[in-house]
Amino acid sequence: MLKLLTALMSGLLIGAGLTISTMVDPKRVLGFLDILGNWDPTLIFVMGGALLVYMPVYQLYIKKHKTTLLSEPCQIPDNHKADKSLVVGAILFGIGWGLSGICPGPGLANLSGGNEKIFAFVLSMLIGMLAHHWWAKSRAN
Amino acid sequence: MQYDTIVQALIGGALIGLGAISLMLFNGRIAGISGITAGAMTDRIKGGAWRIAFLAGLVVAPLITSAAQFSLPQSIDLSLTQLVVGGLLVGIGTQLGSGCTSGHGICGLARFSTRSVIATALFMATAALTVAVTRHML
Repeated sequence: MLKLLTALMSGLLIGAGLTISTMVDPKRVLGFLDILGNWDPTLIFVMGGALLVYMPVYQLYIKKHKTTLLSEPCQIPDNHKADKSLVVGAILFGIGWGLSGICPGPGLANLSGGNEKIFAFVLSMLIGMLAHHWWAKSRAN
Repeated sequence: MQYDTIVQALIGGALIGLGAISLMLFNGRIAGISGITAGAMTDRIKGGAWRIAFLAGLVVAPLITSAAQFSLPQSIDLSLTQLVVGGLLVGIGTQLGSGCTSGHGICGLARFSTRSVIATALFMATAALTVAVTRHML
């Protein structure tokens, strides 16, 4: 129960941060990605602010202890070498992000706005995720 | 760029960082929104309810911040095709590449993960290239 509350709090903080930083607006994100146009550097400061909080706590506490404050093991991905799927996946994601100006967090955070274009984006994203899941599963069998 | 915009971006960013690190400090999980979303749909193993709680927070948050005048965009000035094709590619790409702007771009970079540095550089570059092509060349 406690861990459901902490997860809810994390989601609330991230959603609030995305809204306050205006990253929920695809116009702002596309303004950052548009380096040939009237470039908008806002996204750099958002990422910078997030890294300034995450990096020291991770490097000074989590890396050393590898456990949560509730003394349970942290699930940290292996830092193994980049492979073909990482490269192809990042490129496909980049094209999709460049077309829409929306990545998964801002897409979901926009749902309560009731905009049908956001519903179309999120639905397509969920279909894309499930398509990958089924494809990976059928390849494993 | 205005000073106010920079401060607002830094504060919003710090809140994102705080939410992400608290998911690690309390739940021991990377705050990768694409992975959490896909996991909520496909992972039926017991103990996955935290994902639903996290996503609920993400969806509800703008309703709370709007009380302080921080709101969602009123309109999305993009074609339906851009959003549907973009959404599909974001869905497939984040799964194949094991992460998005949050998992790789924030958590991964802060962990000094080589994979995340490569992924972030690649998706930033291809996204900028896509915007350059769609806005300035077509």
